[in-house]
Amino acid sequence: MDLLNWLTEPLQYGFLTRALIVTVAAAVVSAVLSCWLILMGWSLMGDAVSHAVLPGVALAYIVGIPFSIGAFVFGAGAVALIGVVRSTTKLKPDTVIGVVFTALFAAGLAIVSSTPSQIDLLHILFGNVLGVTDGELWQVLILGAVTLAVVLFKRRDLTLLAFDRTHAHVIGLNTKFLSALLLGLLALSVVVGLQAVGIILVVAMLITPGATAFLLTRSFDRMLVLAVGITVAASLAGIYASYYLDISTGAAVVLAQSLVFTVVYLVARPNGVLWQRLRVRRSRRRSPSAHVGDAPAGAVS
Amino acid sequence: MSTLSAAPPALRATNLTVSYNDVRALDGVGVSVETGSICGLVGVNGSGKSTLFKALMGLLVPAAGTVELYGRTSREARQRGLVAYVPQAEDVDWDFPVSVADVVGMGRYGLMGPSRRASAVDRAAVDAALERVGLAGLRRRQIGELSGGQRKRAFVARSIAQDAKLLLLDEPFAGVDRSSEATLTVLLKELRDEGRSVLMSTHDLAGVSQLCDSAVLLHNRVLARGRPSDVLTPSNLALAFGGALEIREP
Ligand SMILES: Nc1ncnc2c1ncn2[C@@H]1O[C@H](COP(=O)(O)OP(=O)(O)OP(=O)(O)O)[C@@H](O)[C@H]1O
Ligand SMILES: [Mg+2]
Repeated sequence: MDLLNWLTEPLQYGFLTRALIVTVAAAVVSAVLSCWLILMGWSLMGDAVSHAVLPGVALAYIVGIPFSIGAFVFGAGAVALIGVVRSTTKLKPDTVIGVVFTALFAAGLAIVSSTPSQIDLLHILFGNVLGVTDGELWQVLILGAVTLAVVLFKRRDLTLLAFDRTHAHVIGLNTKFLSALLLGLLALSVVVGLQAVGIILVVAMLITPGATAFLLTRSFDRMLVLAVGITVAASLAGIYASYYLDISTGAAVVLAQSLVFTVVYLVARPNGVLWQRLRVRRSRRRSPSAHVGDAPAGAVS
Repeated sequence: MSTLSAAPPALRATNLTVSYNDVRALDGVGVSVETGSICGLVGVNGSGKSTLFKALMGLLVPAAGTVELYGRTSREARQRGLVAYVPQAEDVDWDFPVSVADVVGMGRYGLMGPSRRASAVDRAAVDAALERVGLAGLRRRQIGELSGGQRKRAFVARSIAQDAKLLLLDEPFAGVDRSSEATLTVLLKELRDEGRSVLMSTHDLAGVSQLCDSAVLLHNRVLARGRPSDVLTPSNLALAFGGALEIREP
């Protein structure tokens, strides 16, 4: 079987199997989180957290502790810092987010550049999924499983928080705790995802699957399932593309997700742009103003 | 009889004062709603109606004043599920991927376990609430796929599923046509007759005299309160609305 060969050939290499597992695991966790993030309007928060973990990752390498600890501490720290600055000034949220994450990212770059021999900056920024060790694989799997378990257990509260925070408050739920929980889970999923695609692109995995699924359905449960399905397919496609076309794995995975988004944006019914165009054309052809030529009804006089 | 009169009112707020930076939104506002009655909160845009709701729900901390709901603090009342809120239409994300039944089900969350998994009792309560507001046939619709009046009824159904005793409704009649308004009016009267209490803000003066047992005229402070016919006098309305007002006849 040629196709079977084509599919199994990359898996002979242990590093590629590990890359596949890490990418799919990270992508699934991020995709699930993305459904809430895009509904909360927190997409930019994902970008901020992912950049802000750089100093944490760098320090973890220098001190010799697992990278995920450093990354999580700085990711959660950035979230807290953004919260404090927001609640004590009248600056708009995107401004505060921008100030905080660029500051932390710059601090990370400074740390990395002052210890050039120890850390491969490119690997942190763009991921090094082909070089994942067994230890890192386990970090990803365990953190991913914990994140997924918590988010799925609390999914109804998180959906309520995103939909109607006031109602959540009025029936006695702790909305501050729920917000903090979602931000903590965001930080965790960034930690998981940056191993796969790196700091710069992890935010794509935290936005695009949810955004794509949102275009396809008006039910939240279906959105979750679609986001996961899309992201798994895109991850597999990305890994194989990266192997056979010899392109960066992280880039290939994100490109595959973007491709799915583009197709859905254009053709998904009933909201796809192409269908809308078609419908406008058809209704124009049917309407009486068509006799006057192509001019829209209002332009006749 | 004496035990009845000793029972605290559904809502009693005294001397509520709230400022946003240098805008004083509420100035020494006192409101009370008797158990089993409907109170209309009337005032122009910016008169502090939504702010009053927020203070009652504990969403903002007043600079001064007290809030008591059924003789309890706002926090205690909330934790017992006594209070329900029907938001102003502008405050809802109508594109959110939830169905009508999902929204009504959210009324039950305070009564469920930590994962909010619906039991048979919860599902029955949601079905009954949907039936009651006449939305059973539309339960699978996405919430934004309802008309203005149906949307309001969906949120009232959520309070019914919650079995809340005090309903706070911010502008329930805004963007609602005459026939939906009539349906909603009947529904609110039924809820009152069951012993529930309602505080609703509105611009619809004709509706207030038809529906409400009492009224409060608000303009950052209380201009008048009492029976609707005593409150909505031309001179009071001129005070509240600055004369630029047309009273819509019923
Ligand atoms: N978040 C806020 N920050 C600053 N000022 C505010 C805020 N919310 C309301 N205000 C001001 O407080 C006053 C009362 O506003 P509020 O929203 O309570 O009025 P309202 O009676 O609900 O008006 P509407 O009929 O338009 O809903 C207004 O002057 C408003 O500009
Ligand atoms: Mg208002």
